[in-house]
Amino acid sequence: MKMSNKTRWGLAALVAVLALVAGACGSDDDAADSDEFRIAVVAPSASNDLAFTQSIVDGVNALDGVGVINITDGTFIVDDAAAAIRAYAEDGYDLVIAHGSQYGGSLQEIAKDFPNTAFAWGTSGDTFGLDNVTAYTAASDQGGYVMGAMAATMTNSGVIGVVGPIAVGDAKLYVDGFVNGARDSVVGITVNVNYIESFSDVALAAEAAAGHVANGADILTGTAQMVVGATGVAAEHGVHWFGTQSNQTALGADIVVASQVYKWEVVLQGVVNGIKNGDLGGESHAITLENGGLVIEFNDGVDVGHARTVGEKAIADIKARMLDTGA
Amino acid sequence: MSDFFTVASLVFVVGSGIRLATPFLLAGLGETIGQRSGVLNLGVDGVMLLGAFGAYWTILETRSPVAGILVGIAVGLAMGLLYGVITVTLRAEQGISGIGIFLFGLGISDLLFQKKVGTPIPIRGFDDLHVPLLADIPKVGEMFFQHSVLVYVAFLLVPAVAFLLNRTTFGLNVRAVGENPAAADSLGVSVARVRYTTILLANGLAGLAGAVLASELGIFQQNLTNGQGFIAIALVYFGAWRPAGVMGGALLFGLVSATVLQWKTLGLVSGAASSLTAMAPAVLTILALVVISRTVGQPSALTRPFDRGH
Repeated sequence: MKMSNKTRWGLAALVAVLALVAGACGSDDDAADSDEFRIAVVAPSASNDLAFTQSIVDGVNALDGVGVINITDGTFIVDDAAAAIRAYAEDGYDLVIAHGSQYGGSLQEIAKDFPNTAFAWGTSGDTFGLDNVTAYTAASDQGGYVMGAMAATMTNSGVIGVVGPIAVGDAKLYVDGFVNGARDSVVGITVNVNYIESFSDVALAAEAAAGHVANGADILTGTAQMVVGATGVAAEHGVHWFGTQSNQTALGADIVVASQVYKWEVVLQGVVNGIKNGDLGGESHAITLENGGLVIEFNDGVDVGHARTVGEKAIADIKARMLDTGA
Repeated sequence: MSDFFTVASLVFVVGSGIRLATPFLLAGLGETIGQRSGVLNLGVDGVMLLGAFGAYWTILETRSPVAGILVGIAVGLAMGLLYGVITVTLRAEQGISGIGIFLFGLGISDLLFQKKVGTPIPIRGFDDLHVPLLADIPKVGEMFFQHSVLVYVAFLLVPAVAFLLNRTTFGLNVRAVGENPAAADSLGVSVARVRYTTILLANGLAGLAGAVLASELGIFQQNLTNGQGFIAIALVYFGAWRPAGVMGGALLFGLVSATVLQWKTLGLVSGAASSLTAMAPAVLTILALVVISRTVGQPSALTRPFDRGH
């Protein structure tokens, strides 16, 4: 087949672009010693998003007895994530973690094809009845409740704003817990909740936060990776912020009061140990304030006076099972 | 619903709609220039991402929003040069090339962010510019005259681009090349030069759109644009390849988005209704596109490479 110069140049340009894209998206991890315990994580946003994905990355990095950790982040397209999950399973990883409730359908299919590979996914409590799937979730309503109670005692306007992504999983639990905590703490308080129907739209999250402020909110909170837009608005208006999933103090040292931090290693360590002993899964786990999987990290740079006492009491009561978040 | 129809609520919705419309408008104006010369660039979103990262990184390092905006534009121009080589000189298929540019921008912007910055660090962009006298008009000032200088720049570019396309020799050449490049060529117009110029302008504006987004949000994150570049392309069709039409589309999209946000904030919609209303901006745009595409023709040579010998 004869190829014209134009076609050759076109193909060369296409190959060059694809090579650059491949270079940009490729991983610098490599194959591992087969004796080492290997974990792969597939997650929807950046490894250092100060939110959902960073929490699992920090969690697996804190595990003992793990030789290789391979992260595929930014797989907000479920099909891409499914391909990565399958590839890791085919590569013989000891544990493949699908970190995102949106990956459940794909994982259910893939896990059946690899009965000797252990999978974990969350946030969810559903193992699909498969012995090689572990489900994990966060009782994020607990931290949400604590911070809602604190926020209610801090607000001057009596209005608090919440920026949520989509009302599912730990995001919904957090928001519900926060709202209940605020309302239980101060009767009649107004908590406006805005689910923007996106986990990734930073601009929309920022405008949602601006809307809350325009409607009188003087305290904001939110969950998922798009909240970096909302924290910018909070900082601009000098409005206090409560974070969740990771410590978000870096987004505003003057405004972030406290963050609920996920410590996934609390449940994942048991999963890893179980796999080493031949137990591939079949159970669901939750991180809680009580088991240390959830930790409220206060920002000492923001003096909130009595509110901190309120928060610490709520933490103690939840740990002692004297308080129900209602979520 | 009475909570929504308060003056304060409507003032917020209009101001918010204008802010949300700005990146769409800038990218859409650029794409309008390009498409009027027959060049479709599906890579707008990728160029926006690169412009956004360039601006973010520069502001982070220099603390100068002006430098950040200039770098965003420069990054757009560089991508325009690349796209020009691919589509004008090499005459590659525009649709596929544009998708390549998008993927390139998506991957490289994230890679650079991970390597150069890592964890998101807030930056400070432009302060709001209160237009003297006008900003003090009750309510009206709050809606229209208390925005970042970049918002004013975007809207002032609408008549500027319209003038460029409709009242200058260059604009005449652009339109001629977009409708019938062979005829334009026979009259001595350099099709390649015109298309290179429009591609550079289009990508420069896409880079600026990304820079505005990063500067206004004060942050960068993987896939920051979240598909805004693709909506900007749709708005060009919505606007019938006219700057004022693109502005109308961008404002409609922004205002509907802001209205939905305000409804949710006020608790006027919740649950399934909330999910449905979130789709309203896209659904309205698609409906308008269907209507407009039946009544207005696109530039005749859109997406067609020009080969003088054929």
